Amino acid sequence: MTEVEVLMNSNTAQKIDIDLQSEEGVDQYLTFCLAGEEYGINILKVQEIRGWSEVTPMPNTPDSILGVINLRGTVVPIVELRSHFNLPEVPPSPTTVIIVVKAVEANGNQRTMGMVVDAVSEVHNIASEEIQPPPQIGDAGDQRAIAGLTTMEQHMIILLDVDDLMINGVLGLLDDEPGA
Amino acid sequence: MSMDLSEFLDVFLEECFEGLEAMESGLLHLDAGTDLEEINTIFRAAHSIKGGSAAFGFNHISEFTHVMETLLDELRDGSRQVDENIVDLLLASVDILREMVDGLKDESTPDEVRVAELKKALEAALGSNSEEPPATGERQLWKILFSPCPDLFREGNDPLRIFEALEELGTLEVQTDASTLPSLSELDPATCHLRWEATLESTATEEQIHETFSWVEGNCDLKISQIEDKEEQPPAAEKETENQPEPEAPAPEPAAKPAVAAKAKPAKPSANRESSSIRVAIEKVDLLINLMGELVITQSMLNQVGLDLAQEGGQKAEALLNGLAQLERNTRELQENMLQIRMLPISVAFNRFPRLVRDLCGKMGKKVDLVLSGEQTEVDKTVLEKIGDPLVHLVRNSLDHGLETPEVRAAKGKTEQGRLELSAQHESGNIVIRITDDGAGLDREKILKKAIEQGLVSDKDELSEERIDNLIFQPGFSTAEQVSDLSGRGVGMDVVKRNISDLGGTVSIQSRQGKGSTVVIRLPLTLAILDGQLASIGEDTYILPLISIIESLQIRPENLKCVTGSTELYRFRDEYIPVMRLNKLLGSQCGTDNLGQGLLVVVESEGQHAGLFIDKLQGQQQVVIKSLEANFQQLEGVSGATILGDGRVALILDIPGLVQLFHKIRNTNPAAALAAAS
Repeated sequence: MTEVEVLMNSNTAQKIDIDLQSEEGVDQYLTFCLAGEEYGINILKVQEIRGWSEVTPMPNTPDSILGVINLRGTVVPIVELRSHFNLPEVPPSPTTVIIVVKAVEANGNQRTMGMVVDAVSEVHNIASEEIQPPPQIGDAGDQRAIAGLTTMEQHMIILLDVDDLMINGVLGLLDDEPGA
Repeated sequence: MSMDLSEFLDVFLEECFEGLEAMESGLLHLDAGTDLEEINTIFRAAHSIKGGSAAFGFNHISEFTHVMETLLDELRDGSRQVDENIVDLLLASVDILREMVDGLKDESTPDEVRVAELKKALEAALGSNSEEPPATGERQLWKILFSPCPDLFREGNDPLRIFEALEELGTLEVQTDASTLPSLSELDPATCHLRWEATLESTATEEQIHETFSWVEGNCDLKISQIEDKEEQPPAAEKETENQPEPEAPAPEPAAKPAVAAKAKPAKPSANRESSSIRVAIEKVDLLINLMGELVITQSMLNQVGLDLAQEGGQKAEALLNGLAQLERNTRELQENMLQIRMLPISVAFNRFPRLVRDLCGKMGKKVDLVLSGEQTEVDKTVLEKIGDPLVHLVRNSLDHGLETPEVRAAKGKTEQGRLELSAQHESGNIVIRITDDGAGLDREKILKKAIEQGLVSDKDELSEERIDNLIFQPGFSTAEQVSDLSGRGVGMDVVKRNISDLGGTVSIQSRQGKGSTVVIRLPLTLAILDGQLASIGEDTYILPLISIIESLQIRPENLKCVTGSTELYRFRDEYIPVMRLNKLLGSQCGTDNLGQGLLVVVESEGQHAGLFIDKLQGQQQVVIKSLEANFQQLEGVSGATILGDGRVALILDIPGLVQLFHKIRNTNPAAALAAAS
């Protein structure tokens, strides 16, 4: 049994017990809420979960990039996932958290980045055969990061590919941006 | 029993490169006058590379070095005179050897044709001299194959004695063949499993050699053969060494070989061998420096808390403040010393130039005297690594465009030999490198003409001489009529400039027509910390590098002019400088737009002044530079980030980048730069 520490705003650490001894073909996904929908990311990509804190804004970046925070001496960029997915923005609430993930580039370079979500919900074991491929809904930029869909207790969970989302989706945006 | 050598490989490679460098610089000095100690240094370097590579089983390297070593040996004992051709040949060999060693690192194979050619050339050089040695003494080469029976030791024979006796006859080299050695568990130390192969260069007859083996005669398999010509020696050795270089085997008599070899090649005691330094992986040092950075941040955080507490008063407050002051002093000192560890003398970058200048002069038919000074000036390793290429480019440029050929120089009444000076020194927390030549200098008319042609400036611009000279650093600029092998492709000086700005430095050129030019490079000593000025816009804090700030002033409305409704200019002393509003540049919503409420920080970028409008200035402090690129990417106008005492991240602004951003915004949307200005 391993414990992932979830630091919430009130400084009361809430612990989620996770059984990491997963079976063959079954991956564990951390799910979180965003504008009423449930999303999931592979738990092995998650470094930690932090409570909401002030960020230092960065100039001339897309609105979805909130800025940078100090994560024990490392400067980590923070992405507002709502704004990245073109969802209406809301002010941070007590459940708003930053999920710090490790995104790996094609060349093996690892980047630590944070994403702001409405709330974390739980950890699910999802077998690979339970995952459906994402439906073809055109080639909109933010669709590409969807790794698949699955149903858990009548809910649909949208599974995201963290590497694709962060590297191609977020950092890729910057290359198109003219800088002003 | 086989020992894992891989962990020593890095050390070996590093020693190889050091040895090659020593050989190269030694060879370059051979030009002037032959000092025996100099040749010895080269010889020793070659010898240890040969020994090391044989120990690791890199036969191609050890064989190649062996030929070089033989040639060097002849230079050393005076049977051959130093001349230009040999030095060139040896220098070329050093190059190919470096390639081979490089090849070990990335497992690429060097150009075998070139290796073979050079080896042949070396052997030919050896051969051309082979008539001479017999004249100085009837020295002949003998090959001795000594395979004793297993009972050698039980009969009280010691091969070491035999080799010692052999050594008295002449120059001896012994190689141990431990290929038949059983594994340690089966090893009987009293049984001899070894075979030896020796090459003896001696005036002795075959009988005399046989005599030294008289004690073991009948108990061994002994083959003594004469090698006809020196030329044949390397191939012969090559054949025999193929299956045996395993000197790391802990043979019962491991001392035999080194002991004999050491005496056979009398290594002169080196005076500076005993430098008391240790080799540490750079990652370990960087880890320490990172931790140091954290400590500095923690310290400044504690300082702030301490000051707040002290305001509440109380007896303990003073003690706390004293303690904090002491902590600050200590951290600062610790940090300075820690950064010292990464400092290396600039000579590491300068050392390649004697060779480069020599080669290029040969190619261009120019005569140049290269003068190096201040080589001991220390600078951060990263800065050092990155400054190498720009320096090479600038030196090449000086040689190609600056310095004239001897005929032209003579016609101009200058000495035939040109002078190129490379100097380094510390100046107020920076390192300043100057490259001075006494060549033709820059042709301003030509530069201006080209610049106008290429649309870099308009012909209406009134440019100072200095501005014109520095046009050569503009992207795409080249005056060379013909693109030469060396320079003139127009991708040079702007790259130099960019590389230097990436390091947080500046470059400029001063030229006197017909008399020469000087390139001045100014670099920070380290990339880890920066002297910063904290500036704020609204709630946000930014860091301005102190080095680019000229002064800060309150804006006087009468000095402010608005030109054509799109550009604000401020009269600063006798100059009109553009006003850049930082909040607009950074697309920030906060900060005051009222010029009367803020401050104008006059900054310098590439020799030009500009005014940066901000809300207010806070303190100055040394900040630890954190990379934005590691997890994100480079942003225009931002060179990095740091963590302030309160744990917040602050961005470090890049002044030249901001000026560029300013021009870009102004060009695309003139109104944006001024939006809400009124």
